[in-house]
Amino acid sequence: MTAIVNVSLKAGVLDSQGKAVHHALDSLQFNGIEDVRVGKQIVLKLTETDKEKAMVEVTKMCEEILANTVIEDYTIELV
Amino acid sequence: MKVTILQFPGTNCEYDTQHAFEQLGATTEIVWHKAESLPSDTNLLVVAGGFSYGDYLRSGAIAKFSPVMKAVTEYANKGGKVLGICNGFQVLTEAGLLPGALKRNDGLHFISKHHALKVENNDNIFLEKLEQGDVVNIPIAHHDGNYYINEAGLADLEANSQILLRYTNANGEIKNPNGSVSSIAGVCNKSKNVFGLMPHPERAMESILGSDDGVKMLEGFLAL
Repeated sequence: MTAIVNVSLKAGVLDSQGKAVHHALDSLQFNGIEDVRVGKQIVLKLTETDKEKAMVEVTKMCEEILANTVIEDYTIELV
Repeated sequence: MKVTILQFPGTNCEYDTQHAFEQLGATTEIVWHKAESLPSDTNLLVVAGGFSYGDYLRSGAIAKFSPVMKAVTEYANKGGKVLGICNGFQVLTEAGLLPGALKRNDGLHFISKHHALKVENNDNIFLEKLEQGDVVNIPIAHHDGNYYINEAGLADLEANSQILLRYTNANGEIKNPNGSVSSIAGVCNKSKNVFGLMPHPERAMESILGSDDGVKMLEGFLAL
Protein backbone atom coordinates (compact mmCIF):
# COMPACT_ATOMS: atom_id res chain seq x y z
CA MET A 1 0.00 0.00 0.00
CA THR A 2 1.13 3.55 -0.65
CA ALA A 3 0.45 6.45 1.67
CA ILE A 4 0.49 9.94 0.19
CA VAL A 5 0.99 12.59 2.85
CA ASN A 6 0.42 16.22 1.95
CA VAL A 7 1.80 18.78 4.37
CA SER A 8 1.05 22.49 4.11
CA LEU A 9 1.05 25.55 6.30
CA LYS A 10 -2.16 26.00 8.31
CA ALA A 11 -4.79 28.38 7.07
CA GLY A 12 -4.01 31.67 8.78
CA VAL A 13 -0.25 31.08 8.77
CA LEU A 14 1.23 33.31 6.07
CA ASP A 15 2.68 31.20 3.23
CA SER A 16 5.35 33.46 1.75
CA GLN A 17 6.32 30.90 -0.91
CA GLY A 18 2.69 30.66 -2.00
CA LYS A 19 2.54 34.44 -2.16
CA ALA A 20 5.66 34.60 -4.34
CA VAL A 21 4.29 31.92 -6.69
CA HIS A 22 0.98 33.79 -6.85
CA HIS A 23 2.86 36.94 -7.79
CA ALA A 24 4.82 35.10 -10.48
CA LEU A 25 1.61 33.66 -11.96
CA ASP A 26 0.11 37.13 -11.98
CA SER A 27 3.07 38.51 -13.89
CA LEU A 28 2.67 35.69 -16.43
CA GLN A 29 -0.89 36.94 -16.84
CA PHE A 30 -2.63 33.85 -15.47
CA ASN A 31 -5.81 35.41 -14.16
CA GLY A 32 -8.48 34.21 -11.79
CA ILE A 33 -6.23 32.83 -9.07
CA GLU A 34 -7.57 33.65 -5.62
CA ASP A 35 -4.84 32.13 -3.50
CA VAL A 36 -1.76 29.90 -3.82
CA ARG A 37 -0.46 27.61 -1.10
CA VAL A 38 2.78 25.66 -1.48
CA GLY A 39 3.16 22.43 0.44
CA LYS A 40 5.14 19.24 0.27
CA GLN A 41 4.21 15.69 -0.56
CA ILE A 42 5.74 12.66 1.12
CA VAL A 43 5.06 9.28 -0.48
CA LEU A 44 5.49 6.21 1.72
CA LYS A 45 5.50 2.64 0.44
CA LEU A 46 4.10 0.50 3.23
CA THR A 47 4.20 -3.23 3.85
CA GLU A 48 0.96 -2.98 5.87
CA THR A 49 -2.08 -4.24 3.95
CA ASP A 50 -4.79 -3.25 6.46
CA LYS A 51 -6.00 0.28 5.65
CA GLU A 52 -7.15 1.08 9.16
CA LYS A 53 -3.86 0.02 10.74
CA ALA A 54 -1.92 1.91 8.09
CA MET A 55 -3.93 5.06 8.75
CA VAL A 56 -3.21 4.85 12.49
CA GLU A 57 0.48 4.35 11.86
CA VAL A 58 0.85 7.12 9.26
CA THR A 59 -1.13 9.54 11.46
CA LYS A 60 1.40 8.84 14.22
CA MET A 61 4.25 9.54 11.78
CA CYS A 62 2.66 12.85 10.81
CA GLU A 63 2.17 13.93 14.40
CA GLU A 64 5.69 12.94 15.45
CA ILE A 65 7.83 14.04 12.55
CA LEU A 66 6.33 14.51 9.08
CA ALA A 67 4.45 17.68 10.04
CA ASN A 68 5.09 20.34 12.66
CA THR A 69 1.55 20.76 13.93
CA VAL A 70 2.36 24.17 15.41
CA ILE A 71 2.35 25.60 11.88
CA GLU A 72 1.34 22.79 9.53
CA ASP A 73 -1.68 20.68 8.63
CA TYR A 74 -1.49 17.31 6.91
CA THR A 75 -3.73 15.01 4.91
CA ILE A 76 -3.21 11.30 4.34
CA GLU A 77 -4.38 9.37 1.31
CA LEU A 78 -3.98 5.59 1.11
CA VAL A 79 -3.88 3.94 -2.30
CA MET B 1 31.66 26.90 34.70
CA LYS B 2 31.37 24.09 32.17
CA VAL B 3 29.66 24.58 28.82
CA THR B 4 28.65 21.50 26.83
CA ILE B 5 28.08 22.16 23.13
CA LEU B 6 26.07 19.78 20.95
CA GLN B 7 27.28 18.76 17.52
CA PHE B 8 24.98 17.19 14.94
CA PRO B 9 25.95 16.28 11.39
CA GLY B 10 25.72 19.71 9.71
CA THR B 11 26.32 21.83 12.83
CA ASN B 12 28.83 24.55 11.93
CA CYS B 13 28.93 27.01 14.84
CA GLU B 14 30.21 24.66 17.55
CA TYR B 15 33.82 25.93 17.37
CA ASP B 16 32.79 29.62 17.34
CA THR B 17 30.61 28.92 20.35
CA GLN B 18 33.45 27.07 22.08
CA HIS B 19 35.86 29.94 21.33
CA ALA B 20 33.37 32.52 22.65
CA PHE B 21 32.81 30.75 25.98
CA GLU B 22 36.52 30.01 26.43
CA GLN B 23 37.23 33.69 25.83
CA LEU B 24 34.94 34.33 28.82
CA GLY B 25 36.87 31.83 30.93
CA ALA B 26 34.54 28.83 30.79
CA THR B 27 35.67 25.27 30.15
CA THR B 28 33.94 23.63 27.21
CA GLU B 29 33.28 20.24 25.71
CA ILE B 30 31.79 19.42 22.32
CA VAL B 31 29.47 16.41 22.44
CA TRP B 32 28.57 14.40 19.33
CA HIS B 33 24.86 13.74 18.77
CA LYS B 34 25.30 9.97 19.27
CA ALA B 35 26.13 10.45 22.96
CA GLU B 36 23.44 9.05 25.22
CA SER B 37 24.30 11.20 28.20
CA LEU B 38 25.72 14.65 28.88
CA PRO B 39 28.91 15.32 30.87
CA SER B 40 27.80 15.27 34.51
CA ASP B 41 29.53 18.57 35.30
CA THR B 42 27.57 20.49 32.63
CA ASN B 43 26.40 23.92 33.84
CA LEU B 44 25.12 25.10 30.47
CA LEU B 45 24.14 23.12 27.41
CA VAL B 46 24.37 24.93 24.07
CA VAL B 47 22.67 23.68 20.93
CA ALA B 48 24.89 25.43 18.39
CA GLY B 49 23.95 26.85 15.02
CA GLY B 50 24.34 25.33 11.58
CA PHE B 51 22.28 23.11 9.33
CA SER B 52 21.73 19.90 11.25
CA TYR B 53 20.85 17.08 8.84
CA GLY B 54 20.94 19.60 5.97
CA ASP B 55 17.68 21.14 7.20
CA TYR B 56 15.92 18.18 5.53
CA LEU B 57 12.15 18.01 6.04
CA ARG B 58 12.22 21.12 8.26
CA SER B 59 15.05 22.90 10.07
CA GLY B 60 15.72 20.97 13.26
CA ALA B 61 13.13 18.28 12.53
CA ILE B 62 15.50 15.34 12.21
CA ALA B 63 17.90 16.47 14.93
CA LYS B 64 15.20 16.18 17.56
CA PHE B 65 15.38 12.38 17.23
CA SER B 66 19.15 12.17 17.70
CA PRO B 67 20.18 9.88 20.58
CA VAL B 68 21.49 12.81 22.63
CA MET B 69 18.15 14.63 22.60
CA LYS B 70 16.66 12.33 25.22
CA ALA B 71 19.38 13.38 27.64
CA VAL B 72 18.86 17.03 26.64
CA THR B 73 15.14 16.84 27.43
CA GLU B 74 15.84 15.19 30.79
CA TYR B 75 18.47 17.81 31.57
CA ALA B 76 16.08 20.66 30.67
CA ASN B 77 13.19 19.15 32.61
CA LYS B 78 15.38 18.94 35.71
CA GLY B 79 16.00 22.69 35.42
CA GLY B 80 19.35 22.51 33.58
CA LYS B 81 20.16 25.64 31.58
CA VAL B 82 19.91 25.23 27.80
CA LEU B 83 20.72 27.80 25.10
CA GLY B 84 19.79 27.23 21.45
CA ILE B 85 21.34 29.54 18.88
CA CYS B 86 19.92 29.75 15.36
CA ASN B 87 19.56 26.11 14.23
CA GLY B 88 19.73 25.28 17.95
CA PHE B 89 16.63 27.43 18.48
CA GLN B 90 14.90 25.54 15.65
CA VAL B 91 15.87 22.20 17.22
CA LEU B 92 14.52 23.26 20.63
CA THR B 93 11.16 24.37 19.18
CA GLU B 94 10.89 21.15 17.16
CA ALA B 95 11.67 19.16 20.31
CA GLY B 96 8.91 21.02 22.16
CA LEU B 97 11.31 22.52 24.70
CA LEU B 98 10.42 26.01 23.50
CA PRO B 99 7.04 27.29 22.27
CA GLY B 100 6.34 28.25 18.64
CA ALA B 101 8.06 27.34 15.40
CA LEU B 102 10.39 28.90 12.82
CA LYS B 103 9.21 29.34 9.25
CA ARG B 104 10.89 30.43 6.03
CA ASN B 105 11.74 34.18 6.07
CA ASP B 106 8.93 36.25 4.57
CA GLY B 107 11.25 37.62 1.87
CA LEU B 108 12.28 34.00 1.06
CA HIS B 109 15.96 35.02 1.10
CA PHE B 110 18.71 33.85 3.38
CA ILE B 111 19.60 36.92 5.49
CA SER B 112 23.16 37.40 6.73
CA LYS B 113 23.94 40.75 8.35
CA HIS B 114 24.34 42.58 11.62
CA HIS B 115 21.00 43.52 13.17
CA ALA B 116 19.94 45.60 16.13
CA LEU B 117 17.98 43.79 18.85
CA LYS B 118 16.16 45.25 21.82
CA VAL B 119 16.23 43.54 25.19
CA GLU B 120 12.60 42.96 26.15
CA ASN B 121 12.99 41.10 29.42
CA ASN B 122 16.05 40.64 31.59
CA ASP B 123 14.57 38.80 34.56
CA ASN B 124 16.44 35.69 33.43
CA ILE B 125 20.02 34.49 33.73
CA PHE B 126 20.74 34.95 30.01
CA LEU B 127 20.11 38.69 29.78
CA GLU B 128 20.51 39.80 33.38
CA LYS B 129 23.72 41.71 32.57
CA LEU B 130 21.71 43.91 30.22
CA GLU B 131 18.97 46.41 30.95
CA GLN B 132 15.46 46.23 29.59
CA GLY B 133 15.38 48.44 26.48
CA ASP B 134 19.12 48.06 25.75
CA VAL B 135 19.87 47.71 22.07
CA VAL B 136 22.59 45.26 21.01
CA ASN B 137 24.18 44.71 17.62
CA ILE B 138 24.35 41.00 16.79
CA PRO B 139 24.72 39.14 13.47
CA ILE B 140 21.82 37.16 12.05
CA ALA B 141 22.33 34.41 9.44
CA HIS B 142 19.25 32.39 8.66
CA HIS B 143 16.74 31.25 6.06
CA ASP B 144 14.12 29.97 8.48
CA GLY B 145 14.06 32.63 11.17
CA ASN B 146 10.46 33.75 10.87
CA TYR B 147 9.13 33.00 14.35
CA TYR B 148 5.52 31.88 14.49
CA ILE B 149 3.24 31.41 17.44
CA ASN B 150 -0.56 31.68 17.55
CA GLU B 151 -2.33 34.55 19.32
CA ALA B 152 -2.97 32.65 22.53
CA GLY B 153 0.67 31.55 22.61
CA LEU B 154 1.86 35.12 22.06
CA ALA B 155 -0.33 36.37 24.91
CA ASP B 156 1.22 33.68 27.13
CA LEU B 157 4.75 34.75 26.17
CA GLU B 158 3.89 38.36 26.98
CA ALA B 159 2.22 37.51 30.28
CA ASN B 160 5.18 35.46 31.52
CA SER B 161 7.86 37.83 30.16
CA GLN B 162 9.23 35.07 27.93
CA ILE B 163 10.10 37.34 25.01
CA LEU B 164 13.84 37.92 25.28
CA LEU B 165 14.66 40.02 22.23
CA ARG B 166 12.95 41.83 19.36
CA TYR B 167 14.40 42.92 16.01
CA THR B 168 14.69 46.71 15.92
CA ASN B 169 16.73 49.52 14.40
CA ALA B 170 19.62 51.10 16.30
CA ASN B 171 17.13 53.34 18.16
CA GLY B 172 15.19 50.38 19.47
CA GLU B 173 12.21 50.92 17.14
CA ILE B 174 10.71 47.76 15.68
CA LYS B 175 12.30 46.73 12.39
CA ASN B 176 11.40 43.26 11.27
CA PRO B 177 13.82 41.54 8.85
CA ASN B 178 12.07 38.20 8.41
CA GLY B 179 8.37 38.45 9.24
CA SER B 180 8.59 37.09 12.80
CA VAL B 181 5.38 37.40 14.81
CA SER B 182 5.69 40.53 16.97
CA SER B 183 9.26 40.94 15.59
CA ILE B 184 10.45 38.25 18.03
CA ALA B 185 14.13 37.26 17.80
CA GLY B 186 14.37 35.08 20.92
CA VAL B 187 12.23 33.49 23.63
CA CYS B 188 12.59 31.36 26.72
CA ASN B 189 10.38 28.72 28.31
CA LYS B 190 8.07 29.42 31.23
CA SER B 191 10.56 28.23 33.85
CA LYS B 192 13.25 30.43 32.27
CA ASN B 193 15.89 27.74 31.98
CA VAL B 194 15.63 27.07 28.22
CA PHE B 195 16.56 29.93 25.88
CA GLY B 196 16.46 30.22 22.10
CA LEU B 197 17.34 32.96 19.66
CA MET B 198 18.02 33.25 15.94
CA PRO B 199 20.84 35.86 16.16
CA HIS B 200 24.41 34.73 16.89
CA PRO B 201 25.89 36.30 20.07
CA GLU B 202 28.94 34.00 19.70
CA ARG B 203 29.80 35.90 16.49
CA ALA B 204 29.83 39.26 18.29
CA MET B 205 32.74 38.82 20.70
CA GLU B 206 35.33 41.28 19.31
CA SER B 207 34.70 44.95 18.50
CA ILE B 208 37.33 44.73 15.75
CA LEU B 209 35.08 42.18 14.03
CA GLY B 210 32.01 44.45 14.10
CA SER B 211 30.59 44.09 17.61
CA ASP B 212 31.35 42.71 21.04
CA ASP B 213 27.78 42.95 22.30
CA GLY B 214 27.62 39.15 22.45
CA VAL B 215 29.94 39.27 25.47
CA LYS B 216 27.30 41.00 27.61
CA MET B 217 24.79 38.34 26.62
CA LEU B 218 26.82 35.16 27.10
CA GLU B 219 28.41 36.56 30.28
CA GLY B 220 25.09 36.14 32.06
CA PHE B 221 25.67 32.38 32.14
CA LEU B 222 29.05 32.68 33.86
CA ALA B 223 27.32 32.91 37.22
CA LEU B 224 26.43 29.22 36.85
